[in-house]
Amino acid sequence: MTKPILDVVHLHKDYQTKSKTALFGKPKNVRVLNDISFELFEGETLSIVGESGCGKTTLGRCIVKGISASSGEVIYHTEEEERVDFLKLKGKEAKKLRRDIQMIFQDPYSSLSPRMSVYDIISEPLVANFKLKKSEIDDKVADIAEKTGLNTSYLKRYPHAFSGGQRQRIAIARALITQPRLIVCDEAVSALDVSIQAQIINLLKDLQEQFRITYIFISHDLSIVQNISDRVAVMHLGRIVELASTDALFGSPKHPYTEALMSAVPQPDPERQKSRIILEGEVPNPANPPSGCHFHPRCVYRTDKCVQQAPELREIGDRHYAACHYAEELNLRGVQDESASIG
Amino acid sequence: MSTLPLFRRPKTAAIKPEASLDANYSSQWRLIYLRFKKHKLARISMVILGALYAIALFAQFLAPYGLESYDSKYVNAPPMMLRFVDADGKFHIRPFVYELKSGRDPETMRKIFETNTEKRYSLQFFAKGEEYKFLGLFQTTTRLFGVEQPGRLFILGTDAMGRDLFSRIVLGSQISLSIPLVGVGISFVIGLIIGSISGYFGGWLDSLIQRIIEIIRSFPTLPLWMALSAAIPPRIPIVTLYFYIVLIFALIGWTDLARVVRGKFISLKNEDYVVAAKIAGVGDAKIIMKHLLPGFISYLVVATTLAIPGMILAETAMSFLGLGIRSPATSWGVLLQEAQQIENIALYPWKLFPLGIVILTVLTYNFLGDGLRDAADPYKK
Repeated sequence: MTKPILDVVHLHKDYQTKSKTALFGKPKNVRVLNDISFELFEGETLSIVGESGCGKTTLGRCIVKGISASSGEVIYHTEEEERVDFLKLKGKEAKKLRRDIQMIFQDPYSSLSPRMSVYDIISEPLVANFKLKKSEIDDKVADIAEKTGLNTSYLKRYPHAFSGGQRQRIAIARALITQPRLIVCDEAVSALDVSIQAQIINLLKDLQEQFRITYIFISHDLSIVQNISDRVAVMHLGRIVELASTDALFGSPKHPYTEALMSAVPQPDPERQKSRIILEGEVPNPANPPSGCHFHPRCVYRTDKCVQQAPELREIGDRHYAACHYAEELNLRGVQDESASIG
Repeated sequence: MSTLPLFRRPKTAAIKPEASLDANYSSQWRLIYLRFKKHKLARISMVILGALYAIALFAQFLAPYGLESYDSKYVNAPPMMLRFVDADGKFHIRPFVYELKSGRDPETMRKIFETNTEKRYSLQFFAKGEEYKFLGLFQTTTRLFGVEQPGRLFILGTDAMGRDLFSRIVLGSQISLSIPLVGVGISFVIGLIIGSISGYFGGWLDSLIQRIIEIIRSFPTLPLWMALSAAIPPRIPIVTLYFYIVLIFALIGWTDLARVVRGKFISLKNEDYVVAAKIAGVGDAKIIMKHLLPGFISYLVVATTLAIPGMILAETAMSFLGLGIRSPATSWGVLLQEAQQIENIALYPWKLFPLGIVILTVLTYNFLGDGLRDAADPYKK
C-alpha cells in the first residue's frame, strides 16, 4: 500500500450524562467511542459503517476536531512527512492543518448558513486560512464552483434558493476550496435522493482522482459503501468490530454483526431467496453496555466466553481485523452475489 | 459583504444577478423586512408608535401649556369642546372654544363650570405661549396651537391644581416613552454580554450566572422597587432621578434578555454550519460575529421589543405609587396618581385619559413585537 496519511490511536470519547431523577445524582459516563485505532492511507477511501448511534458521526467529528476527543491521538502525516498529533495542536499550528482536513456534512440544509451567500460560504475557509487578494479568491471560487458543477452565475444567491443536491455541491465546494488532503464525508449523500446520490458519488470519485484526496466515508448505505470504498470499518457500540478491504469484508465477513449487516443489503434479483438475518433485541444502551462482547445479547453464535470476555480487535488475515473470539471458526455469509450490487 | 460586482474577470462577468429583488438573492434582513411588511397590524402599530415618539420629541411645541403652568381658577375643569358651530347656529371655519366660567353649586357648594356662550376664543395656530427651549436648541414662545389670553384651552380638562391634562400627557410622554427605551437598551447590552458569556463558555460559569439570574428573578419586584427608590436621595435634579430610575429597571430587566441570548447561543453553537466554520479554521471571534450573532440578533430584537411594554407598565406603576418621577416633572404614571382616589374618578373621569394612552402604547408595542417575531426567522417554513 501507499504511504499513510492518518493514524488514529486509542481514540476515546466520553459524554457525561446527568441523572434525571436525582437532583444531586452523580453524572454518568457514556463511552461513545471506545479504543478506536486504525490507519488511513493516502488516496484511499475508508468507509465506516454501522447502525444509528454506534458512534460513526462522533468518530468523524473527533477526527476533524469538530468535537474534542476524551483521549487518544490522531496522528497526521503532513506532506513534508512530519508526524503531528492533530488533536493536541493549538493555535497557529492547528490552523495550518485545518486546511488539509475538511468535512462534508450529512444534512446540506443545516450545514450551510442561511445567512450567507453561496459565494461567502464557499470562500469562508479561504478567507480564514489564507491571505489572498479579492481577485484571487474570486478566481478560486469560480474555479471550484465549475469543478463541482455549480453555475457560477448563482453564487450571489443564498442557500435557500438551491435544491438538496445543489446544496451538497456547495458543501463539497467549500470542503475542497483549501485543497485538503483528507475529507471526512459524514453521510454525505444519505439526505439526497437516489439519482442525485449517484451524481454526488461520481463527483467525489472524480475529485479524488484529480486531487488524490483521501476520504473517510461515513455511511449506513452498504451498496454505496461497496461501490466506492477501498476498505471498510464496521462499528458497533463505539468500537470497531471489523476492518478489512471491501472485497474481503463483503465476500467473507468475520464478525457476526457484519454478517447481519450484509444480509440487509437489498438484492435486486427478485428470484433470489431472501435470507435476511433479523437481529434479536434492542440496540444495547451505550450508557449501560452488556458484559463481555458488546454484541453478545444479539449474537446467534454466542457462547459463555462471549458473555464474560470482551474480544480484542485482532488481525486474522491479510490486513483483515475482527473483534470476535470465533472469527476463524465461524463460516459467515457475505453478500452472495457480487454482480448484483450496484452503487 | 454583499456588494456587487463580485468577479472582475470577464470570464465570470455573468455572475451579476439580473434581478436583485429576487428572493434568491435576498439577505436575512431583506427577507425579514419582506415578511414583516405582510403583517398589517404590526405595520399600523409601527406608524402609531412613530407618531407617539414624534409627539414626545416635539412635546414642548405641541403642548399648549408648559410643565409648570397652573391656574387655581380652573381646578378640575372638564374637557372643552372644540366647536365649529356657535350657539346661534352660525358656522365658523376656525374652530373655537367658549369661555369657561367657574361657579359653585348652591346645594353642594362644589365647584362647577359653565360655558359662557357670549365669549368665543378661536383656535390659533403657531400661537404665542410661555417661553420654552425648542429641542433644547433655542428659546421660543411659539407653540403649535393655543387660544388668545385670557382664554383657556383644556382639550382633556385639568387636574386638581388646574394644570392642562393634554399638555401634561404630551409632556409626560417624553419620560414615559423614553425610560423604557433607555432601560431596555441598557438591559440589552448587559443581557447580551452576560448571556453570551454564559452560553459560550458553559460549565460552572454558566451555572453560576443562571443561579444569580434565578435569584434576581425571584425577588418580588414591588418591594424591590420600593427599596431601590428609597435609596435614591431626595431633592436631586430631575435628570439624575431619571437616570437612577432607568438604572433600576435595567438592573432587573436584563435577566430575561440574558436567558434568551444564552439559549440561542447554546442552540446555535452546535448547528452544523457553525461546526463547519470551526472545521474550516475560522476563528472564535469571527464565528461569533459572522455566525452566532446574526443567527440570534433577530430574536433579540423581538425579545427587546416585547420587553418594552413591560417597562412602560413598570414605570407607570412606580410613578403611580409615588416611587418614580416626582413633580414638577411628569409621566403618565404621575398623572394617574390622581386617579387613586375614587372621588376623582367618579367626579372627574377625564383624569383617566392617561390610562388610555398607556394602553394604546403597550398594545402597539405588543403588536409590533408579534409582527417582528413572526418575521424573525425567515428560514422557518
